[in-house]
Amino acid sequence: MLGALFGAVSFLVGCGVTDDWIKWARGIDTSDHHEEHWHGWEKFLNVSFDHKVIGIQYTLIALLLLGVGGTFAMIFRTELAASQLQFLTTDLNLFGQTGPQLFNTLMSLHGMIMIVSILLGISGIINYAVPLLIGAADMSFPRLNAFSYWISVPAAITLVSSLFLGGFDTGWTGYPPLSARAPVGMQMFFMGVFIAGWSSILGALNVIVTALRMRAKGMTAMKMPIFVWASIATSIISMTATQFIGLAFQLVMFQRLFGMGFFDPAKGGNPVLFQHLFWFYSHPAVYVFILPGLGVISELLPVFVRKPLFGYRWVAMSSFGIALVGFVVWAHHMFTSGMNEYLRVPFMYSTLLVSVPTGVKFFSWVATMWKGRISTPTPMLFVLGGIVVFFMGGLSGPPHATVSTDLHLHDTYFVVGHFHDTIFGGFVFPFFAAIYYWFPKATGRRMNEFWGKVHFWLMTPSFFILTFGMMYVGLLGMRRRIADYDPALGLDSAHLILTIAGFAIFTSVIIFGINLFYSIKHGEKAEGNIWNSRSPEWQVPSPMAAHNYSKPLEVIGEPYDYGLKDAPYTRFIEPASAGKSKH
Amino acid sequence: MQHFVVVGILVILTTVLTYLGLDVAGLAKHQHPVSASLQSISIDQLWNWEMMVISFLFSLIIVPMLYSLIVFRQKKGELEDGEHMEGNATLEVVWTVVPIFLVVIFAYLGGKSLGDVRRVDPQAVTIFVKAQQFTWTFEYPEYGIISSELHIPVNKQVVLKMTSADVIHSFWVPEFRIKQDVVPGRYTEYRVTPILVGDYKVRCAELCGTSHSYMENAVIVDTQEDYDTWIAEQVEIAKLASLTPEGQGQLLVARNGCTGCHSLNGTRLTGPTWLNIYGREEEMNDGSKIVIDDAYIAESILDPNAHIVATYASPSQMPAFVFTDEEIANIIAYLKTLK
Repeated sequence: MLGALFGAVSFLVGCGVTDDWIKWARGIDTSDHHEEHWHGWEKFLNVSFDHKVIGIQYTLIALLLLGVGGTFAMIFRTELAASQLQFLTTDLNLFGQTGPQLFNTLMSLHGMIMIVSILLGISGIINYAVPLLIGAADMSFPRLNAFSYWISVPAAITLVSSLFLGGFDTGWTGYPPLSARAPVGMQMFFMGVFIAGWSSILGALNVIVTALRMRAKGMTAMKMPIFVWASIATSIISMTATQFIGLAFQLVMFQRLFGMGFFDPAKGGNPVLFQHLFWFYSHPAVYVFILPGLGVISELLPVFVRKPLFGYRWVAMSSFGIALVGFVVWAHHMFTSGMNEYLRVPFMYSTLLVSVPTGVKFFSWVATMWKGRISTPTPMLFVLGGIVVFFMGGLSGPPHATVSTDLHLHDTYFVVGHFHDTIFGGFVFPFFAAIYYWFPKATGRRMNEFWGKVHFWLMTPSFFILTFGMMYVGLLGMRRRIADYDPALGLDSAHLILTIAGFAIFTSVIIFGINLFYSIKHGEKAEGNIWNSRSPEWQVPSPMAAHNYSKPLEVIGEPYDYGLKDAPYTRFIEPASAGKSKH
Repeated sequence: MQHFVVVGILVILTTVLTYLGLDVAGLAKHQHPVSASLQSISIDQLWNWEMMVISFLFSLIIVPMLYSLIVFRQKKGELEDGEHMEGNATLEVVWTVVPIFLVVIFAYLGGKSLGDVRRVDPQAVTIFVKAQQFTWTFEYPEYGIISSELHIPVNKQVVLKMTSADVIHSFWVPEFRIKQDVVPGRYTEYRVTPILVGDYKVRCAELCGTSHSYMENAVIVDTQEDYDTWIAEQVEIAKLASLTPEGQGQLLVARNGCTGCHSLNGTRLTGPTWLNIYGREEEMNDGSKIVIDDAYIAESILDPNAHIVATYASPSQMPAFVFTDEEIANIIAYLKTLK
């Protein structure tokens, strides 16, 4: 425990991210441009204050964790391909764990690693795109930005180390009393998430300040790119709710370390209290995951449809609607928990209400596509895939919200299918879309279009099979988080298909990874506005220079006025008329 | 206009086809697993209504999307933008307000259905349920019976008063459609009125540790006659057992759910099997060999971590039990009979 904390702090000091702060505290001034001597990839392994570098660093660590979490999923998905235990057997002894224990550890880590990966992936897109979209030179607090990134590295290491320290068997939710008696790996899990929470809170603060204070001249709220709206909404949730999961996990850590009985009924504690604290963050957290993704969809859709975003104001406000309602629905995760029974009804109402602002987004997207001139390069394919997959997640939601049907569905694979739909549709697909879309901006080259399409057409159908299959087996009686299932349920063949679909998705992501790294050096050159976008970052050559735009921007039109001639969104203020520029 | 007519017709067609497709797969009316309780009827009904609305909403979004993708596709060499269309406030209000109505309707239906599920029958039969890693124990207070199988009479409401000895578990019989978490330190309540005679299983639905997958006990819905016979048999067995030490040991074992982890037939579960356990030589995880005798059994019950048999989880998954010397002697007497 102490080792992990100490390791995290010394890592941060050692890597140099706090150097400037220490110098300031000692009254020494620092220069802004200390990173120009790095070449090529070197800057990604060093502490950089450039939001573009940090954005890419975030994206890379998110992809790395995506790979780790995905590998874990493949291991336990293989075990589930048939009933009975095949290789995670009770005789196995690996990292001090028997097969079923290892299954539980891998399954639990899959959940939390993916969540951390998503949080970092979101920070990646937001960090890269928000300053570019609002015409800023960088984030408001570049050093804090670097700190938020670098603290996520020890967080990820601590989290993964739980696998080797006896593991833990609670699922990513870590409910006590089970988590209070789990092996020491549990502590590493709590600690890792706790540290990752810091990254999330500080990053969110930076995004809010940047979006509020550093917009280009003339960029009023209703002329902001829609992705910026989504980023603000998501950051408000991160900044205000993350503390609750930190607190909940801290209380369990204290219960384990000091015998404090917060959740121990024998000492007057209450295990259900943990669930309230936990879900008060962890429900809004799923909106943290999806709002930026939905923002990417709203941002990219007009570009490839060649039409304005339908109902801009409504789409912008719906993000805030989702964020607000998202704060009052947490107990729908607890319909069977034994909490006060009458509370289930108001939470049913609030939960169903989420569908209203979400519906506004879907209808607006469809209306945006109506009578457009639609082209479908890879980023657009992922945008469309994201819409459809997220829609499946949305449709499978209400049966959980109406309490009585949830009494059957709760803790089954139906929930697992629903959740994967919302997160793939709300985050993973848009994340891939964003990478394919902004890759040329970052590198001056584009990713291979053919392999991008292979990635899409392999992943999407497999994913539908996977999630519909999950919902199907869940409805038939498959509980979630079990290493083995009753052959009498007759689910063997369904599970075999699920496993094959899982491997197809895994393969498609490997194809993506190869394409990504190959294209950095060998991709087709693309230095201009290859998507024919109106957004300011595409009006200058790629890759983007340090400190972004050489001249300050001014907003003179609407962001998505496709189809309107001679009505650009932004223009550069010439130095003569601009007076003194900031840098 | 023509576009709207075509899309409208396609939406209706797709709605019908989607619903029929779900129905053919047995999903629209939730035909599997079989519905075996009064409560499940109301739940499946609500599910069916939701499937109808979901089929419609699915078509309402997917059809115009696919239609746009095909009809409004950019043709080769075409560089023009689409029609400049910024939005339509009336439309936005419509697709905000109509869903709100749907939300209210379904929340009402959901509340009503929940009311049906929780309806109290004052004549309900009370059974106490104890959950522990990794088994269920059922106690019939009227008859003083302890059992690892839940027998309940058909067409009568049963109320299960449930508590847990260790971590959170969840009582779920898929055929009954309802589940309720079982929490240490308090009693939660599960009401069910079985309507179909048959053999089912209660499956723990809340991750509770290593052998969570196997925390399944038999749930048997009997006709009234069979139920009465079973009760009479159990009362008789309990009476006879209390006369001998091994019988009392067996009762203790049943009461404490030991067989959830220790099989009686040689199968490997969370703990070592009890078949032929007395006098067997076992290798411990520190390499030593121990012959299982009175002293070892007593030690293992009072302090399960003292010596752990090789290849089993360490630290032990077993809680330490508090028994009198006489009780331990009775358990040992029972273990000796397991040949």
